[in-house]
Amino acid sequence: MQYALLYYHSLDEFTARDDPEKRRAFWAAFVPYMKALQDAGIVVGGAGLQKPATATSLRPDNSGQHVQDGPFADTKEQLAGFFLIDVPDMDTALKWAARYPAPPGCGVEVRPCLPPADRDAMLKMATAGNG
Amino acid sequence: MPSPAGVHATVERAARESYGRLLAFLSARSRDIAAAEDALGDAFGSALSTWPENGIPDRPEAWLLTAARRKLIDAARRREVRALSAPALLLAAEEAEARAAEPSGLVDERLKLLFISAHPEIDAAIRTPLMLQTVLRLDAGRIASVFCVSPAAMARRLTRAKDRIRMQHIPFEVPSADELAPRLDAVLEAIYAAYGCGWDAVAGANPTPNGLTEEAIYLGRLIVKLLPDEPEAHGLLALMLHCEARRAARRSPGGAYVPLAEQDWALWSSALAEEAEKELALAAREGRMGRFQLEAAIQSVHAHRAVTGKTDWDAVALLYEGLVRLAPTVGALVGRAAAVGEAVGAEAGLALLRDLPEASIMAYQSYWALAAHLFSRLGRADEAADAYQRAIGLCDDPAMRAFLIRKAEDLASA
Repeated sequence: MQYALLYYHSLDEFTARDDPEKRRAFWAAFVPYMKALQDAGIVVGGAGLQKPATATSLRPDNSGQHVQDGPFADTKEQLAGFFLIDVPDMDTALKWAARYPAPPGCGVEVRPCLPPADRDAMLKMATAGNG
Repeated sequence: MPSPAGVHATVERAARESYGRLLAFLSARSRDIAAAEDALGDAFGSALSTWPENGIPDRPEAWLLTAARRKLIDAARRREVRALSAPALLLAAEEAEARAAEPSGLVDERLKLLFISAHPEIDAAIRTPLMLQTVLRLDAGRIASVFCVSPAAMARRLTRAKDRIRMQHIPFEVPSADELAPRLDAVLEAIYAAYGCGWDAVAGANPTPNGLTEEAIYLGRLIVKLLPDEPEAHGLLALMLHCEARRAARRSPGGAYVPLAEQDWALWSSALAEEAEKELALAAREGRMGRFQLEAAIQSVHAHRAVTGKTDWDAVALLYEGLVRLAPTVGALVGRAAAVGEAVGAEAGLALLRDLPEASIMAYQSYWALAAHLFSRLGRADEAADAYQRAIGLCDDPAMRAFLIRKAEDLASA
């Protein structure tokens, strides 16, 4: 079963990326965490994200495409990165989330992915509609 | 005059004690733990809000029952919710009321709750949560956080376990003498899981006491009181008390992790250590050695540093030798390697680590913390650095992680 580990950082933490000392401290803990995930052979994918200010968001509606600078939702914590992992169950996914060296005010959301069977069914529905 | 916080703690203890006794009594007769919890839940809440002001009543169980009775009668009359168990529950409540009014009071049947919670028919992973909820009324959300499980999943599993007890007719009873030993082991293990774990011997090892130490010690004291002739129950209590005695020394004033070897023993609680030693002596009286007594004896040797100023690692290693024969868990095996690493030498400790099957240690944080320490002592810097990285990556405690990162950096700059 696949789970998304979604790492949310406070805006302070995004700012702290510019501070070499804080950046070093974060990486000293994060690199071993990333390595532990990889050594466990459970990583399907993942990425670290640049600051929310670098984002561009699109909201299409009937009048066309609304494009705005910045992240989709203006929340106190923003998505800073994610891993997609393949583990037997939610309990195991939470164990890996708990190992994340979260900076102060930051945290992790664990979300189960749709099971492959559902994705296949949706794909079939979509292709049936086209044919 | 006691502080408000002190008053609150006393009231809460008394309310939990009465609640647990009543829940045991009612659910043993109705066989429906969830319905008994429903009936007593509000009463417990009003006890917590009124007792601090009015004082703890003379007969706390009778007080709770009176508060719960209306709800029970309503439930029996409405026959909507849990219609099947409502009459049995009401009957049990009447019996409890009569008993609670007698001078001897309500008999303490919480032992039955402990045994049913750790029954072989109940999934091992839910035994500790079930005990904490039935005997101490801990809420599912708090239990979920301590065990790092989703609160909704925890609530579901607790409900399922209670349903199972009701539907499978798992008996509310204390096992007979011939099956007591294995059943008691399961109860003690579940209580110990509430404590967390005390592998203090490995510097930077992750499994440390969790947030439920007080509750676990409460359960430990309870089982010793209810089964005074069981040496392993005394052993478990001694083990938890010894670990608890070092709580204040385990973190620096700034919150940094302090490994056992560097702890200031002046910060250890001599009162708790003495109580632990008394429990160990009571256990020894029976002349039946067991896993928890050995673990407590190991902690006792560590505690002795407060007297002699040094740790008798030969004694620790010998006790671990006995422990891995009785209970060769990966925690005990790593603990033994740590003790041998001190008593004999780093090379001997590493040899023991190498013998452990890879599958059991890949994600076992303590193993890598110890390996890092031993490699580092032998001057094998590359292997030590690699082991530190693994230990850091598997760590879920910020203070412990910071300690390991500092060690790794010291190594790199040496």
